[in-house]
Amino acid sequence: MLTKALQNPFVSTLAVALIVVALPLVVGSNFHIRLATMVYIFSIVVLGLNLLMGYAGQVSLGHAGFFILGAYSVALGPSQLGLNPWLSMAGGVALTSALAFVIGRPLLRLSGYHLAMATLAFGAIVYVFITNEVDLTGGPDGMQVQRANLSVLGLSHLMSWYWLAGGFLVLSMLILSNLLSSPAGRALRALHDSEVAAGVLGIDVARAKLMAFVISAALAALAGANLALLDGHITPAAGGILRSVELLTMAVVGGLGSLVGSVAGAAFLVLLPQFLTEFHDYEHAILGFLLVVIMVMLPLGIVPSLNAVMRRWLP
Amino acid sequence: MTRIQVDAVSIHFGGVKALQDVSLEVRKGEVLALIGPNGAGKTTLFNVISAIYQPTSGRVRLEGQDVAGLAPFQLAHKGLTRTFQNLQIFFRMTALENVMVGRNIRERGNLFGYLFGLPSVRRQNADSRLCALELLKFVGLDRYADRPAGELSYGILKRLEIARALALEPTVLLLDEPVAGCNATETAEIDQVIRKVVSTGVSILLVEHDIHLVMNLADKVHVLDRGVTLATGTPQEVRRNPAVIEAYLGESQDEQEPANAES
Repeated sequence: MLTKALQNPFVSTLAVALIVVALPLVVGSNFHIRLATMVYIFSIVVLGLNLLMGYAGQVSLGHAGFFILGAYSVALGPSQLGLNPWLSMAGGVALTSALAFVIGRPLLRLSGYHLAMATLAFGAIVYVFITNEVDLTGGPDGMQVQRANLSVLGLSHLMSWYWLAGGFLVLSMLILSNLLSSPAGRALRALHDSEVAAGVLGIDVARAKLMAFVISAALAALAGANLALLDGHITPAAGGILRSVELLTMAVVGGLGSLVGSVAGAAFLVLLPQFLTEFHDYEHAILGFLLVVIMVMLPLGIVPSLNAVMRRWLP
Repeated sequence: MTRIQVDAVSIHFGGVKALQDVSLEVRKGEVLALIGPNGAGKTTLFNVISAIYQPTSGRVRLEGQDVAGLAPFQLAHKGLTRTFQNLQIFFRMTALENVMVGRNIRERGNLFGYLFGLPSVRRQNADSRLCALELLKFVGLDRYADRPAGELSYGILKRLEIARALALEPTVLLLDEPVAGCNATETAEIDQVIRKVVSTGVSILLVEHDIHLVMNLADKVHVLDRGVTLATGTPQEVRRNPAVIEAYLGESQDEQEPANAES
């Protein structure tokens, strides 16, 4: 009973919502609130990536590209077009989704390693474009982002983004939980196991993959916009190839095919380096070592592996 | 009423002529069995009819309409689906969810409704679940409904594939060795399932090595050998056809079970 509840995406969504609400009551320091906000932001993009990889079975090494497009949209919207930041965020998500729709058709004809290479190339193109269009984007130095927050509600800048990112995270989880329990979600999971069987059952496999790709790009852009608005400054380095690898690592470490695993993976890779800073020069070596240990001990990722253990020990 | 018409279909893979000039016809509520030794081209013909392969020449018509250029999923929307010789099960989903995927083309909705979990989507999910449960009961698998398909045995999965295909409410059903690997009881159950399906007007194409099942079920038998049609007719006619006896049973007349002749 308990293990079944833990695997229910709606139960996970409720649990994450409770954590978002309760955390400010427990931790007071700005530093910790900021870390939690970062976890929420990265959870949002990893959720989308997990939909694509863990459910539809399509790999992407280019999601940092969508992430950074979302981030630059809230920087460019106000400075270039005079739009307000909220509208820029919505526009950035919409345009990034449209871009994903256009490039998704040809990219998703590929699969496996070829798809990984093609998405990697997409991410690299976005990165190079933003780095080199100095007049527009400020190049490698990045650009300022016009301040936007909920100070009208009496919230500080940081708390504004804590609640906004937390809200977007819960909303994303809710939306994905709905999707996964709909016919479209079943179609995605089906094509992951057998594209040919999904096809003879009438599922338009190309269209289903494209839907997952576009939704994951939209969530990446939303997360990127949140990060830029939280930080008030954005550089291309926030969306380089290493960022794509980091996002993929979060999805895999947390557990592919588990929504709450995305949150766990994001939390793990955002928080762990903070605990490891006291090791100074050895920080990255220890982080790498811990990742290897986790993947050996919990090969399905943190959440699905722990679920499997609990299924064995609990009723 | 002709449901499936295969007209002089040939398909070549490099230099290999896997099928040459094969023609057949299946009417409403008819069972056509495709038999022949291993490598005769039976599954290849299935793959052509279900649009997984495009024929080198010739055409396939579904309800009189040329289906050249259509993808398998488009044929499913026109009422044709199939099962696979080597199982194509969604192993990470439960048995029930496997069958629910078969309801996909009967389910109506849009992305907005799916993302926001509108009541209409929930109602439809409940309908699909009910329908899938009924189909599982129909093939005798309702007690496995919530088991992950990956945990189930081969004989059970064979029936699960049939239930999943029936969930589409197809007009033409292609069954690729539906009783392979099944014991006598399971075979009898599948025999009953196929009879019930046919009685509702569904047309069935059947590839099967179990000769007893073929002779019992089929209205027409089509014999393939090395990619060409060797004989065609009622089970009785085919059984008496000298060419069939020679090619299909010839080398091992003394064996009791003709079905084993080609193994």
